[in-house]
Amino acid sequence: MRSSDQLHFITTSIRAKPLQSFLTGLGIAVGIAAVILLTSMGEGLQRFVVAEFTQFGANLIAINPGKVTTMGTPLGILGSERLLTLEDSEALRRLPQAEAVVPMVQGNVEVSAEGRTRRITLYGVGPEMDRAFRMQVGSGRFLPPDDPRLARPFVVLGDMVARELFPGENPIGKRIQVGNQPGRVIGVMEHKGQILGFDMDDTVYIPAVRALDLFDREGLMEIDVLYRDGYQAEEVVAGIRRILVNRHGQEDFTVTTQQQMLDVLGSVLSMLTVAVGALGGISLLVGSVGIFTIMTIAVRERTAEIGLLRAVGATRQQILMLFLLEGTLLAGLGGAAGLAAGFFCASLIHALVPLLPVHTPWSFVFFAEILSMVIGIVAGIIPARQAARLDPVEALRSE
Amino acid sequence: MIELSDICRTFAVGGQEVRAMDHVCLAIGAGEYLSIMGPSGSGKSTLLNIIGLLDTPNSGTYLLDGRDVTSLGDEQLAATRSLKIGFIFQFFHLISRLTATENIELPLMLAGVPARQRHQRSAPLIDSFGLGNRRHHRPDELSGGQRQRVAIARAVINQPAVLLADEPTGNLDRSSGAEIIELLEELNRGGQTLVIVTHDPEIGERARRLVRVVDGRLASDSGG
Repeated sequence: MRSSDQLHFITTSIRAKPLQSFLTGLGIAVGIAAVILLTSMGEGLQRFVVAEFTQFGANLIAINPGKVTTMGTPLGILGSERLLTLEDSEALRRLPQAEAVVPMVQGNVEVSAEGRTRRITLYGVGPEMDRAFRMQVGSGRFLPPDDPRLARPFVVLGDMVARELFPGENPIGKRIQVGNQPGRVIGVMEHKGQILGFDMDDTVYIPAVRALDLFDREGLMEIDVLYRDGYQAEEVVAGIRRILVNRHGQEDFTVTTQQQMLDVLGSVLSMLTVAVGALGGISLLVGSVGIFTIMTIAVRERTAEIGLLRAVGATRQQILMLFLLEGTLLAGLGGAAGLAAGFFCASLIHALVPLLPVHTPWSFVFFAEILSMVIGIVAGIIPARQAARLDPVEALRSE
Repeated sequence: MIELSDICRTFAVGGQEVRAMDHVCLAIGAGEYLSIMGPSGSGKSTLLNIIGLLDTPNSGTYLLDGRDVTSLGDEQLAATRSLKIGFIFQFFHLISRLTATENIELPLMLAGVPARQRHQRSAPLIDSFGLGNRRHHRPDELSGGQRQRVAIARAVINQPAVLLADEPTGNLDRSSGAEIIELLEELNRGGQTLVIVTHDPEIGERARRLVRVVDGRLASDSGG
């Protein structure tokens, strides 16, 4: 039998019972749509997070106090570790590959100026922070390169804080109260928006030493090292270890490269994508039961037809193929409809909720369509074999 | 052309063995017009199914055109049915979703004959069977007589060695039935070997040779 004739024969059969065919296809369509939609959201989220992370550039290395073992418990809680200090940060500047070294302390604080008060996130940082994190100063300038122990009480405002505290005026040079410390505004950052949920505009930056004072802390929360292009991360990490172990006498700190962060994040998010995909897979399973049911019914209904086909020269193999292909075509059509629906829903969500990242890779589309056809074959194989095994005499008698 | 010798066929019905064909010997020559009669359950349909290769005997030999067909596999049986056997049934057995032309061309379609050649072979049949204005109609738009003519056209499109008709008029009114018998007889006059199973004596006695089957045995044979 020619494949064009097979196709014709099968399509007439599918068209002869439109409602049945539609419902069968629908089962698969819903499954495929769910898979496409959920994996699109998972993939979109993954890309979104990775993009957020890499906007700082890939040459960042973070050093945190305490040694994180493979079990994830910082040994620091045992109390043997030393704090990361401004001196450590200064020492790291001697690293030949270092382009910028930024000490970091973070906390919430009340700021007030000209009678207005806001509670915001404060970052105590070094003068190279804007460079390390690729942030742009909108007006004025960033913190000056003072001696880190004796840095002057200058304040750089986030875009939003500037607008809220100094509406309609230029805040540069104005006095501002940060917690219990008076200071003077010397710069305003450009509008940045949110990064991973942190509002970078509703923030103020002051010298790290002032922040340590403000929060009454002994040690830094983190030191970030930006290294020059052309160096290997491992090489820089080794340099950092050497300097800090020299100073602390032991490795009581944790060094994390940008790549490590991305790797961990990526694996978590991939698992998330697989998990939501599996969730959609459950509905595909339900759809395949539908195909199985319909094809079993079809074999019962068309017993006489099978007998006739055998009488006019069809082999068992041909009967098997006809029913198998019918199931596959139904599943394939359902899958295509599901793809369109899933794609449409994904675009709709993207249009209605722009914050929710949605991305549908072509490989998923291809995979989903193949999957639906495989389901058609698997679910159709038992009914098709039943059809092929029918005794033609018995089958002809059934009408 | 058809030589059945010592054919036995038993069925297991409810744990009991029923002998539907009991040492049957029958030879049918090319161009013959034979009718098989007998009470229901006598085994006449089983005989027809064995001749038509839809059923295989438990013992005995069947030579079709000199070739032993008792031990053929599924593929070969199907191929032989396609080339040598034309079936006509009481209930027509047309595929309701296909047009008259598609139904007629079905054996060729299954055999992988390209559409152009199929049409070349079906078109003259459709015209000579008076179905010219019905070629794109589906079975439910045809009368009983027309349906059976479509079925006959389907049976003869491969120019089979033997045309087997199982109660071909059983589901038709008298005048349509008469037309169908006339059509079959005309095909026989053209050289087509014809075997009709019937319980209608009027039809059975028209045949040049009448075989009566009782309890799985040949009770009488007017020719042979």
